[in-house]
Amino acid sequence: MISPEIQTASYLFAGILFILSLGGLSSQESAKRGVLYGIVGMAIAILSTVLGEGVEGQAYIIAAIAIASVIGILVARKVEMTSMPQLVAILHSFVGLAAVLVGFGSYLDPHTQALEGTEHTIHLVEVFIGIFIGGITFTGSIIAWGKLEGKIRSKPLVYPGRHLVNILLVIGCIVLCVFFIKAAGTSGLIHLYIMTAISFFIGVMLVMAIGGADMPVVVSMLNSYSGWAAAAAGFMLGNDLLIITGALVGSSGAILSIIMCEAMNRSFWSVIFGGFGAGPTGPAKEVTGEVTAILHDAVADLLKEAKSVVIVPGYGMAVAKAQFPVHQMVEKLKADGKEVRFGIHPVAGRLPGHMNVLLAEANVPYDIVMEMEEINDDLSETDVVLVIGANDIVNPGAQDDPNSPIYGMPVIEVWEAKNVIVMKRSMATGYAGVQNPLFFKENTSMLYGDAKDSVDKINGFL
Amino acid sequence: MKVGVPKELTKGELRVGATPKTVKRLLKQGFEVFIEKDAGINANYSDEEYEASGATILPTSDAVYETADIILKVQAVKDEEIDKMHEGQVSFSYLNPAQNQDLLQKLADKKVNAIAMDAIPRISRAQKMDVLSSMANIAGYRSVIEGANYFGRFLNGQITAAGKVDPAKVLVIGAGVAGLAAIGTARSLGAIVRAFDTRMEVAEQIESMGAQFLSVEIEEDGSTASGYSKVMSKEFIEAEMALFKEQAKEVDIIITTAQIPGRAAPKLVLDYHVAAMKPGSVIVDLAASSGGNCELTRNGEVYTTDNGVTIVGKLSQLPAQASQLYGNNLCHLLDDMGKGENFAIDMEDDVVKRAMVSYNGAVNWPPEPLPVSPQKSVQAVEEVEAVPEISPEALAKKKTMSMLITLGIIGAFLYLLGLVAPADFMQHFTVFVLSVFIGWQVIWNVSHSLHTPLMAVTNAISGIIIIGGLLQTRSDISNPMTIIAFIAILVASINIVGGFFVTHRMLKMFRK
Repeated sequence: MISPEIQTASYLFAGILFILSLGGLSSQESAKRGVLYGIVGMAIAILSTVLGEGVEGQAYIIAAIAIASVIGILVARKVEMTSMPQLVAILHSFVGLAAVLVGFGSYLDPHTQALEGTEHTIHLVEVFIGIFIGGITFTGSIIAWGKLEGKIRSKPLVYPGRHLVNILLVIGCIVLCVFFIKAAGTSGLIHLYIMTAISFFIGVMLVMAIGGADMPVVVSMLNSYSGWAAAAAGFMLGNDLLIITGALVGSSGAILSIIMCEAMNRSFWSVIFGGFGAGPTGPAKEVTGEVTAILHDAVADLLKEAKSVVIVPGYGMAVAKAQFPVHQMVEKLKADGKEVRFGIHPVAGRLPGHMNVLLAEANVPYDIVMEMEEINDDLSETDVVLVIGANDIVNPGAQDDPNSPIYGMPVIEVWEAKNVIVMKRSMATGYAGVQNPLFFKENTSMLYGDAKDSVDKINGFL
Repeated sequence: MKVGVPKELTKGELRVGATPKTVKRLLKQGFEVFIEKDAGINANYSDEEYEASGATILPTSDAVYETADIILKVQAVKDEEIDKMHEGQVSFSYLNPAQNQDLLQKLADKKVNAIAMDAIPRISRAQKMDVLSSMANIAGYRSVIEGANYFGRFLNGQITAAGKVDPAKVLVIGAGVAGLAAIGTARSLGAIVRAFDTRMEVAEQIESMGAQFLSVEIEEDGSTASGYSKVMSKEFIEAEMALFKEQAKEVDIIITTAQIPGRAAPKLVLDYHVAAMKPGSVIVDLAASSGGNCELTRNGEVYTTDNGVTIVGKLSQLPAQASQLYGNNLCHLLDDMGKGENFAIDMEDDVVKRAMVSYNGAVNWPPEPLPVSPQKSVQAVEEVEAVPEISPEALAKKKTMSMLITLGIIGAFLYLLGLVAPADFMQHFTVFVLSVFIGWQVIWNVSHSLHTPLMAVTNAISGIIIIGGLLQTRSDISNPMTIIAFIAILVASINIVGGFFVTHRMLKMFRK
């Protein structure tokens, strides 16, 4: 048993470690240390809680943690780097679920029932808000997971008046909250149930209305929600560590969402409420011209002649797990004295930094991996650009077609290069559902097929 | 109006004031054209060609000077030429007025109205008559060709069956017209080109030509209203010299084009720079005639130093081409001055009043200054100046106001909260708000490529909600609270373990 004072001190220490952990991620070198801080902080937090006063049922606790650890390690080991977004999304839903459960638990807790006056009211409001945020995070993350996994179609589900419905639902929750506070004993449980159902529904509708192309924003937004849910739980339990951690995570997710939105030139609010991808306001520019197809040996020849090559990967590379053969290709080209670089769009893939992770997995050194701004100026001097499974992020319509739904989004200007080769499975549109005029440009050739097979074949010819 | 074109007397001057093509233009403008015999011979223009274009060939320069009202020349007139001139005659040529006060005086004494082609103000309207630009363009091109000739290696990199050839590295100092032309030529030959200029505004132009802009660490802009560079501070020059020292070791060809009007060319490449260069390297000094940018340059000579560096102090002028462009410049100016019938000297005209260095017996030099940078950049400068004058205060005021309002609202909110909320809550609330601020500060520093690991870590950390479950577990399994808490702990733990593990996996993959 440790005294509450020592417990508070441990919590403070854990909080510091968490801050250091996030701070450590500012550079590649200190990132591993950052994770270590996080793990130590978590261990201290759990231990000091379990050893603290008033904790019962240690057997169940140990059992739960043991089972969870096995599941967690199995999942984390098995998961492909390409399905990272899905994993992150589903883990967010766990936090949401836990927040809902903790909320209910806190409401049923006899200690808090004994509270009186304002303190009791405030506690009930905290419970209510905590469960509400947790509920949205829970179902929202599940839907996001479904969309990323392809189990739910990624097209935004938009119905007229949905803003009104959402607002009415929120108002309904506020009204329920008033009744809930007035309810004596645990009789407010019924209000809590209804509200939980409503928050689940809002979570579903919120993410359903958001198009696939905006998934990186959604994932980071849910990341933020899971943080706020934890912070709300901290308020209801009067636990500072939960509040600190929740606030850290919450603001982290919010910043990531803002960064993502800026990368797509979209306002944060329009992504969350707008249901982006619902269709352009006017008819999109007629795309004219012919699509030129190219074969693997011709691509290899182009690469052999090129002095500088830029590779622009997208989600297609992730899906095909083409990062490994791509790395082989890069090594071959570099060995021939060619300048090979990667151009990474901030929203390439389905979550922030997705491409960097994949390329790192394939051991691509990160000094040849450039950001969009770094590479855009050099593209006109580039002989060959290989677009591997990317679509919307290389769409010239974003710059010259005001009717395009992605108009104004910064894109990688691959068409400036002498030759552009687009590897694609078919002529289907990208996640945003927008036709890409790039494919019809004269200097663009299409290489159809699975990205991994294609790159393997090109490697054979090199 | 009769236009006369005498043969150039200066040794080594191959150009001529008119070519058969410009003769045709002059005739069209209403002039009569008289050409001295063999005037164009050095530029490969024969008398027959001139005659075919409609010019009259006169046997001697005396005849030309006597007949013509307007004299078109390239080089500044010499004393013996002035003797042949008569009152009221208008002469067009280079005069280098800043250094040739005596000559100007002589012209004035003779009451010759002399236009210095090199004193044409460099304003947008006068670009078509700007001989400095048109000649510099040629010089820039030629400097690379000469440099490549003496360099004796490929400029471009090649990968051949016989092995790999590295591209040559060319350093261009001074990115005026000549410099930019040199950059373009060197680039198109395949060399790696770097360029230096004291004027920050040309960085963009340099880069647009495909060269790398070199700069020193010191912030000082050499731009002046005249479009030329000013003389830089001592610190700047020291930094510049250090930069050149570094570059001299690396580059194969240095082309210097820095000239400041009315002064000797600045010495930019010093003896120790030359000493640092590799044997076989070449320096092409376009400023050789005004003293040279390189200390070791000998005007009009090409020689090799002891350490094997070839210094080119003279350039072929591409006389036919140069005469053509120079002649065109003259035609444009004559066109502006009223052509054949209405030829007149308008001393109100911005161009004429500045270029007319000797008028009606008086020396008209130096002219009143005229800011001649392209109009656009002048405007830009004005805008830049105008904005900070109004904005910072107004903006700061506005910002302060909105800040005050925001703070006021926040303060009021906190006050109300303090009225109703218990002390306990306020304490937690304090922690919460401060944590949000810390998170906000910390996360902005996270590097872009680490966003996915960041998300996984924050995800794992948000599993801290497990504490809620831990506190709620009861020893009695039939208690609904225990079941709820059990599930909460279970999912939160999956989150923690899975999140950290997967982050660890990801970070392991990052390598330099």
